Amino acid sequence: MLMGVSAVHFVLLSAALFGIGLFGALVKKNAISVLICIELMLNAVNINLVAFNKYVTPGTFIGQLFAIFIITVAAAEVGVALAIIIAIFRHRLSVNLDDFDWLKW
Amino acid sequence: MGFPVLTACLLAPLAAALILVFLPKDEDKLHKWVAAAGTFVSLAISLYVYFAYNKELGGLQFVERVPWIKDLGVTYFMGVDGLSLPMLLLTNLIGFSAVFASWNIKNRTKEFFVLLLILIAGVMGTFIAQDVFIFLLFYEVVVIPIYLMVIIWGSSKRVTKEYAGMKLTIYLLIGSAFLLAAVIATFVKSVQITGTPDMSFKGLGQVAFPEQFQIYMFLLMLIGFGSLLSMWPFHSWSPDGYAGAPTAVSMIHAGILKKIGGYGLIRFAVYVMPAGAAYWAPFIAVLGVIGCAYAAMGALAQKDLKYVVGYSSVSHMGYVLLGVAALSVVGINGAVANMFAHGVMAALFFSMIGFIYEKTHTRWIPDLGGLARQVPRLAVGFMMAAMASLGLPGLVSFIPEFTIFVGSFERFGLLAVVAIAGIIITALYVLRAGANTLFGPPREEYNHLKDIQGPEMVPLVVLGTVLVVGGLLPALLFDVINSGVEPIMAHIADYLPAAVQIGGKY
Amino acid sequence: MHHAWLVPLLPALSFLVIVFITRPRPKLSAAVSIACMLGSFALAALAAYGVFTDNHFQHRPLIYDVHWFGMQGLNVDVGIYLDPSSAMMIFMVTMVASLVQIYSTGYMKGDPGYPVFFSYLSLFAAAMLGLILSSNLLQMFIFWELVGLCSYLLIGFYSHKISAREAAKKAFITCRVADFALLLGMLAIQIIFGTLNLDELSEIMPHFENYTTAGMMTLIAVLVFIGPVGKSGQFPLHVWLPDAMEGPTPVSALIHAATMVVAGVYLVGRTMFLFTEVEPAMHLVAVTGAFTAFFAATIAITQREIKRILAYSTVSQLGYMMLALGVGSLTASFFHLWTHAFFKALMFLGAGSVLHALHHKADVWEMGGLIKKMPVTGWTFVVGGLAIAGIPPFAGFWSKDEILLATFLEGHYVLFALASCTAFLTAFYIWRMIFLAFFGAEKPENHPHESPGSMTGPLLVLAVMATAAGLIGTPGNPLWQNWIFFGHPHHGEPNIPIMLISTALAAAGIGLAYLLYLKDKDKANARALAGMFRPVYKLIYNKYYVDELYLWFNRKIVDGSARMTYLFDIYVVDGIVNGVGAVTKGLGQNLRCVQTGKMQTYALVFFLAVLVITVALAFTDSSSTALVMGGAK
Repeated sequence: MLMGVSAVHFVLLSAALFGIGLFGALVKKNAISVLICIELMLNAVNINLVAFNKYVTPGTFIGQLFAIFIITVAAAEVGVALAIIIAIFRHRLSVNLDDFDWLKW
Repeated sequence: MGFPVLTACLLAPLAAALILVFLPKDEDKLHKWVAAAGTFVSLAISLYVYFAYNKELGGLQFVERVPWIKDLGVTYFMGVDGLSLPMLLLTNLIGFSAVFASWNIKNRTKEFFVLLLILIAGVMGTFIAQDVFIFLLFYEVVVIPIYLMVIIWGSSKRVTKEYAGMKLTIYLLIGSAFLLAAVIATFVKSVQITGTPDMSFKGLGQVAFPEQFQIYMFLLMLIGFGSLLSMWPFHSWSPDGYAGAPTAVSMIHAGILKKIGGYGLIRFAVYVMPAGAAYWAPFIAVLGVIGCAYAAMGALAQKDLKYVVGYSSVSHMGYVLLGVAALSVVGINGAVANMFAHGVMAALFFSMIGFIYEKTHTRWIPDLGGLARQVPRLAVGFMMAAMASLGLPGLVSFIPEFTIFVGSFERFGLLAVVAIAGIIITALYVLRAGANTLFGPPREEYNHLKDIQGPEMVPLVVLGTVLVVGGLLPALLFDVINSGVEPIMAHIADYLPAAVQIGGKY
Repeated sequence: MHHAWLVPLLPALSFLVIVFITRPRPKLSAAVSIACMLGSFALAALAAYGVFTDNHFQHRPLIYDVHWFGMQGLNVDVGIYLDPSSAMMIFMVTMVASLVQIYSTGYMKGDPGYPVFFSYLSLFAAAMLGLILSSNLLQMFIFWELVGLCSYLLIGFYSHKISAREAAKKAFITCRVADFALLLGMLAIQIIFGTLNLDELSEIMPHFENYTTAGMMTLIAVLVFIGPVGKSGQFPLHVWLPDAMEGPTPVSALIHAATMVVAGVYLVGRTMFLFTEVEPAMHLVAVTGAFTAFFAATIAITQREIKRILAYSTVSQLGYMMLALGVGSLTASFFHLWTHAFFKALMFLGAGSVLHALHHKADVWEMGGLIKKMPVTGWTFVVGGLAIAGIPPFAGFWSKDEILLATFLEGHYVLFALASCTAFLTAFYIWRMIFLAFFGAEKPENHPHESPGSMTGPLLVLAVMATAAGLIGTPGNPLWQNWIFFGHPHHGEPNIPIMLISTALAAAGIGLAYLLYLKDKDKANARALAGMFRPVYKLIYNKYYVDELYLWFNRKIVDGSARMTYLFDIYVVDGIVNGVGAVTKGLGQNLRCVQTGKMQTYALVFFLAVLVITVALAFTDSSSTALVMGGAK
């Protein structure tokens, strides 16, 4: 076992990862980057899930189960999102999010 | 149970509408005759029901009862008593006449008559339903066709027809929203008290609601039914709406739809919430009186014929409110009878104005004049409606007004005097409109006008006959109404807490 | 006598027949109408004969009632109420109506509305007779309004003329104002006494203390009296009657002289039991009557149109009848009503004959010497003039004397003086008109001719009646006084001084008119007199500006406030409604700006919201947290 590594470390790691992802998702202008940042946030959550599983309910695999769920969903989501981005790119020749404001009022 | 007479009456126009759907689009004449046939069947049935109704026995007759939603206590419960019978008859009289008043409609006749028939069936349903759920259901059925008819076949004058249609619809829907809230609250409360769900008027009437609850609920219902009845200050949809609407819709709207408000007020609000009614009665009376005087003055300032009648109908509804507010046998009898009388008169008025508009392409009084020489039959119809409107004895509206006056004068004294003074103003604006339209030097541009003839005569003949017969034999109307009102008043007397017991002189 | 209910029904039938069947054929329509009217006259005469030969009727009327409609708290019967008063009235009305209809066949010849005219006349006769025979106040009110309607239709008969249209409207609305008060009075009676049946009321009213206070009774009596003030053209609601002359002349004769306008007098007579209970109301009736009589007589002096003079004369004579009622003498009032119907109908029909001959030139100053070319019209008119002036033994003398006597005996000396002055004025203005129109030099521009027999025939019959109708009520032969009375029959001793005074005043009036308008060929004195009192003359000529006052009130006050109400409605009530709509719309308009379409902004808001909720939950206690989180237990 890793000595000196406690739940706190995991939480800190995941919080950092989530923070970086969130920051990126909010400020990046490139759609692909934003997608990547969203992946980061999802993975931060995964880390949390697995870690809490280990420290809170070591006997079961609920956390891992959910982590796998999220990976699957994330994969599907990336697939769809990339498809949309490519479709938009074909129309507008841009992946800049500021150009994607057709839903505006 | 026998033959479901009322359902047949209700289904006849719907069946006609269904047939119309399958008819070719450009068979204008055929559409009209099918619609006429459908409404005629209803009229015939309702006439039969009216005269077959046993007045001595009273109560609900021709009852049909099919349980529908058990958990909510909703029943397909149809029946007529002295309160709904005149309204049913009125609906069909006006519905039948309305078909003929729209005889010259040119564009989209098929859609027009389908909507008109649905509208008639919807209104009829509200009057024969004895279950509040079904009542609301039919009421909502009514709103949509009206909106469509106004914005497609309406006319824009002071306001555009889109504005008029929207105003009408929103007012009706807001009214029904208040109503729905009140109905749901009442239903939930009744289940809490009795434990068994029952949505019928009768069932809800048996529940002893706490007084405070009744007062709140009655206010909601008053706003709901009041805006439907164009109670001041919720009246402003009425003149604009009528002015925008096509003739048939104005007829049905002013003639019957408004009456759903008065009918509901008596049938539901007063019947189920007697203590609330007693609490709010003076308030209703004040609003009624303001409505009478205010709308009469408003009508005096109008130059558009439809606006004159629009305001006048608001004013007449003030009398109805006043009658209801008296909460006495005499007052409520008068209110119901006045609804009938005003319905006939307003429908005749609007149909005649419709014809004038159709022929001269104007409703602007200063542009009219001397029509009595050119279109005498039209003038006769117009004058009959005008005279009925100012309450000329010998026509159907005088005795109901007199009855209301007796009922309200007894209870409100001086307040009623203001409303009664309305008859002077009414005479003023009605005669002014009539004189400036029909009399005076004939205008050359109208020399070619053709008088109403053939099918166009139907509204005049049907409604005119009712005006005169009802005026000469008021017992025909009052015996039926009284058989419905007396049990209701007896019921109210039973359920009123002694402290708010009403009646007596002054 | 038991067929009295047919009396109003026959003309009603004729109305229906003309409207629905014979309208395309004018001659036939007139025939139907006249036949029904004559039938009705025969029945009325039979009924009257039956009543006046059976002493039983002096105290007990014949009443038939049927239930009309009712409910708990309001029951109304309709029926027939036949007593000497109503028998006299139906006799008089059917007779005058028949004569007027016969006259109209000549007068209205060639009018496009000929059949319609007869249908209206029939309807009017039906309504008027119904009014007379009513056994119930409500029933009476219904017919009361119906005669008003007929009056409206007939005044406006020449509806293409704006003046006729406006006059009709004015008549209807003026009467409506009065009827409003009458309606209030009736409502109060219904509510307090629980019935509107005349017979029951006459039993109850003397014991009104059991029901209500004297103040309330006075109020009711005044309210009920206002109705007749309108209908019978009493001051201040007299303004419609002179304008009503816009109608065809037979209508003026029938409706606005002989029958409908006396309905008000008749109503007060019928409800005497109400008035006699309260002294102030009686005084009001008497004063109104006397004042109106005098007031209208002064106006009549200055008018120029022949029918207007007669109209003001009618107002004045109706004032006499009211005065008689006010001093408590039903006998005198109805006696004058009876004689007035004949001589005034006679004069109106005579005026109609003149207008017919002169092609509707109405100004008496433009006439003159007509009696040579129109002897029948002229001499019957003179008979009428003698009757209305009150020269014995013509009808008007006896009835006017009865009124003066009653006023004097009741101790109303001021009113007596006023009524005597009026007698003088009456003689003066009527004879001014007669001298100007029928005597003196002929005007070359006029080409008068005598009217056809259908018109002169009724004139002759009426002239006979105007001479003889009063003879049934002379002091030597008080038949009338024995039959028509309120309470107990009342036999005034023949009061010779009063008779002399009234005759002398009448003669003086005629004499003055003779001096000013016949003897004085160029009428210089009359003109000089008018010039001398210029302001007064102008005031009177313009009818004391009462019409202008009403017009001003109507234009400025009523229309003004109507306008205000409408503006209030559009801008305030509708303004609020539209305002609510506008606020909703504006709110949407502004709030949608939040929807930038930029996903990252949304995401930021989303994140911040989560943050806020989390923090909030962290700082609140666990139970509310549980609530928000969905109660995870």
